[in-house]
Amino acid sequence: MGFPHHPHPRETTVLTKHFGEADARTLAGWKKRGGYKALEKALGMQPADIVNVVKESGLRGRGGAGFPTGMKWSFMKPGDGKPHYLCCNADESEPGTFKDRELMRWTPHALVEGCAIGAYAIGAETAYVYIRGEFTEPLHWMESAVKEAYAAGIIGKNAMGSGKRIDVHVHKGAGAYICGEETALMESLEGRRGNPRIKPPFPAVSGVFGMPTTINNVETLIAAAPILLNGAEWYKKMSLSSPKSTGTKLYSVCGNVQRPGTYEVVMGFPFKEFLYDLCGGPLHGRKFKAVIPGGASVPIQNMEEAEATLMDYEGFVAGGSMLGSGGVIVIDDAQPMVTVIARLARFFAHESCGQCTQCREGTAWTTKILERIRDGEGTVEDLDTLLDIGEQMTGKTICVLSDSCAVPVVSGIKKFRGEFEALIQGKRFHPVTAAVA
Amino acid sequence: MAEKKMVNLTIEGRPVSVVEGTTILEAAKTAGILIPHYCYHPGLPIAGVCRMCLVEVEKAPKLAPSCATTVAEGQVVRVYSDKSLDARKGVLEMLLINHPLDCPICDQSGECELQDYTYQEGREDSRYREPKRFNPAEDFGGDVIYVPNRCILCTRCVRFMDDVAHEPTLNVSERGDRALIGKFEGKDLTHPWAANVVDLCPVGALLSKDFLNKARAWELDRTASICPNCTQGCNVIMETRENQLVRMRPRPNENVNAFFMCDWGRLNYRWMNEKNRVEHPMVRGKNGLAASDWEAAISAAARALNGKKVFVAASPMLSNESLYLLTQLMQGGSGAFRVTEGEEAPLPGVEDLALRRERAANVYGAEKLGFNKTKDLLGGLGQGDVLVIAGEDLAGIDASSVARAGDVIVIGSVLPEAAGKASVVLPIANYSEEEGTVTNLRGRVQRFTQAKQAPGETRPSWLVLGDLLGAIGKQTNFFLPSEVFAQLASSNSSFAGLSYDSLGFKGLPLVDAPPTSPKAPIAVAAR
Repeated sequence: MGFPHHPHPRETTVLTKHFGEADARTLAGWKKRGGYKALEKALGMQPADIVNVVKESGLRGRGGAGFPTGMKWSFMKPGDGKPHYLCCNADESEPGTFKDRELMRWTPHALVEGCAIGAYAIGAETAYVYIRGEFTEPLHWMESAVKEAYAAGIIGKNAMGSGKRIDVHVHKGAGAYICGEETALMESLEGRRGNPRIKPPFPAVSGVFGMPTTINNVETLIAAAPILLNGAEWYKKMSLSSPKSTGTKLYSVCGNVQRPGTYEVVMGFPFKEFLYDLCGGPLHGRKFKAVIPGGASVPIQNMEEAEATLMDYEGFVAGGSMLGSGGVIVIDDAQPMVTVIARLARFFAHESCGQCTQCREGTAWTTKILERIRDGEGTVEDLDTLLDIGEQMTGKTICVLSDSCAVPVVSGIKKFRGEFEALIQGKRFHPVTAAVA
Repeated sequence: MAEKKMVNLTIEGRPVSVVEGTTILEAAKTAGILIPHYCYHPGLPIAGVCRMCLVEVEKAPKLAPSCATTVAEGQVVRVYSDKSLDARKGVLEMLLINHPLDCPICDQSGECELQDYTYQEGREDSRYREPKRFNPAEDFGGDVIYVPNRCILCTRCVRFMDDVAHEPTLNVSERGDRALIGKFEGKDLTHPWAANVVDLCPVGALLSKDFLNKARAWELDRTASICPNCTQGCNVIMETRENQLVRMRPRPNENVNAFFMCDWGRLNYRWMNEKNRVEHPMVRGKNGLAASDWEAAISAAARALNGKKVFVAASPMLSNESLYLLTQLMQGGSGAFRVTEGEEAPLPGVEDLALRRERAANVYGAEKLGFNKTKDLLGGLGQGDVLVIAGEDLAGIDASSVARAGDVIVIGSVLPEAAGKASVVLPIANYSEEEGTVTNLRGRVQRFTQAKQAPGETRPSWLVLGDLLGAIGKQTNFFLPSEVFAQLASSNSSFAGLSYDSLGFKGLPLVDAPPTSPKAPIAVAAR
């Protein structure tokens, strides 16, 4: 768990081990903790071998989609005569998610190292770290880490004396949620408006500046270093749910919970124990009502589903949701669900880039209906309309922002329909007694 | 050149075979199916944003945007499946939720793709109960007004200015449902080709100031024609209401103007509505020029010509047919023409397309038929020659320079002041009132047709000239302009083999015209 708290004994701290140690942010401090050993090892290996180790480790993308990282790296064909690029997606904007922020705040050198390893593995000489505009402190630490690493010759024209060139550039975004979508990120990086591109072509064929590009999440790249040092077997073994989901995963917990913060647990950890033990359970006198386990874009779980869930890619799907970005939003019985969902929808309506019709109009329309229901002006037909708009917004647009907006709305109506109907019937939600009257 | 690979697929049960790399939307067109779409335009890069052209592709998990999906061997595409229809119905409903539904006062009404597809595939009612978004109308400069409330953010206008005009002027401002088309600071739609955004706009969001509130689309008569305003020869549609030309719009021709025409050509149509017309044949009598009937006027003109040397001052706006007949009148004399000039203004996104320096339709044709291009129009007029003024207004020419002529015959739609001593005036139809062909600067012969009625007793120029030739004893038997053209084609090797039938409405190059390549559509890839 993140500073100022000590990790919970049941956490497995691999990536979060040095959280809270101010010294670890400097090059000297990071080296003292074993930093850049993995990069040194990597530069002595063949890129294809690195890709194979990562493939074997079963590491999957930590940004939300969970695509196998080794396989993604293997899409980058060596010797195609084109410059390759690595993009690190540090535009962590998913509501409820702040794990990458903490990683960059406390272990900026770990990301520099991860970027360098990733870039070398995919045959790229340049890595871009696209940091969310609001992340001023992580930006500061990342910039200082990159500067230190250049000065020490760890990256640059002759990375660690290997004769290989690896450049790492830190790019500050301007605070748009959509720029976390990989193709929008690339548009933004190139200096254009952050609108998602039509796929295909996929980034591995035509990404940044039209060149083959791999884009990875912060946590994914940082995880590559311990995997290289300790081996794929070590990484797989940690997990309780090998071989499908391996290693550890960071969760950022927020909402109505005793101990919000960043936690690192192994894959397959029971969600119930995570919520009640590690996170300390609900606030005094309250009960959990719902959990959004993977950032605002995944389906809402009711407690029955959540408590039966094992925390890995498959477990959350079995539990009616998705692992997503690991942003756990806990909602207790004092929160009216309609208000929660309306607020989520408003976020998506605000952040829609406005390219695709369904998303531009649908997110705003959904929000207006939800807020009307919230204010006691809803009708029974509104729920059908919402579900139908949700259907229209799913799987029909360039990127998944539209789907993401529909997800909490559709799952919320399905799982908490009673609260919607009560408001429509003119009843009021009482936040103290949590009763509808 | 390597043989292009063909791909076979089935669209709505119809077998289709198209070149590899074709999009489903374009492939469907070949099968006679127009998949509804807004953001796609064959002359612009693909955006894939309106999501209107979604179709079902068998074995694909999701509906495919047909504008951005290329065909694959054996593909089975369903355009009208329940799933596709439902998705498009959804898009139409969403496009209309913030639309003001002000069709009764909208210029686009009747030629609006939002109306068309809504009638075709949309819902009968809307489920939208919330207040609508509002943004005030904005003057975009040039000939363009923007009405954001009607805008569906297809971005055709943005892409035209960026990728075809190469002058980024428009953008999508704001985002989400607040998005609207904006202008860059300090920029206006003053590019010489900017008004094309009005044609490109599938709805009533971008309007022409010139056409604003002038006519309803269904009151217009539309005629295929060629823009007479420069030597490029852009294919156009002339639109008239109550026999008045009210608008010119481009007609696609991949060999000439792709999908576009320039603002100067587009807005320069009022001269064809001119009111100072000569409406009756006139013959000079004791009391000066007096109205006459055609027979008397033609005989008077024939008498005036009577074997004398003729000098023809022609207009380069006249058709190949009329210019050809004029050469038959010369009787050993000669002909000349002059042409107004202006600045050349290319459209950089399309190869060899520009508003040309020479501002008349048939400069190339006139030269080809032996008329001298000159600045001194009457320089070749010999003492005592019969001066035939054909379509020329003699603007800026002093009456004294006409005095050299032994006699003057005016064949025109207006009576030039400098031709005051004319003995015969034969009124002819102007460019928009008759049929014929013109030859553009690359030697392409293109047909234009009659867009409106000529006033009074005026007759088409080819008919008048044919009669006149008959009256001076030449063998003529013309009942149609196509017959004049046939004679031209058989007597002039440059025109050999061409006929009205073979020209069609896209034209053909002269036999000796330099080869030109078809105008490739803009690069297909999305930016």
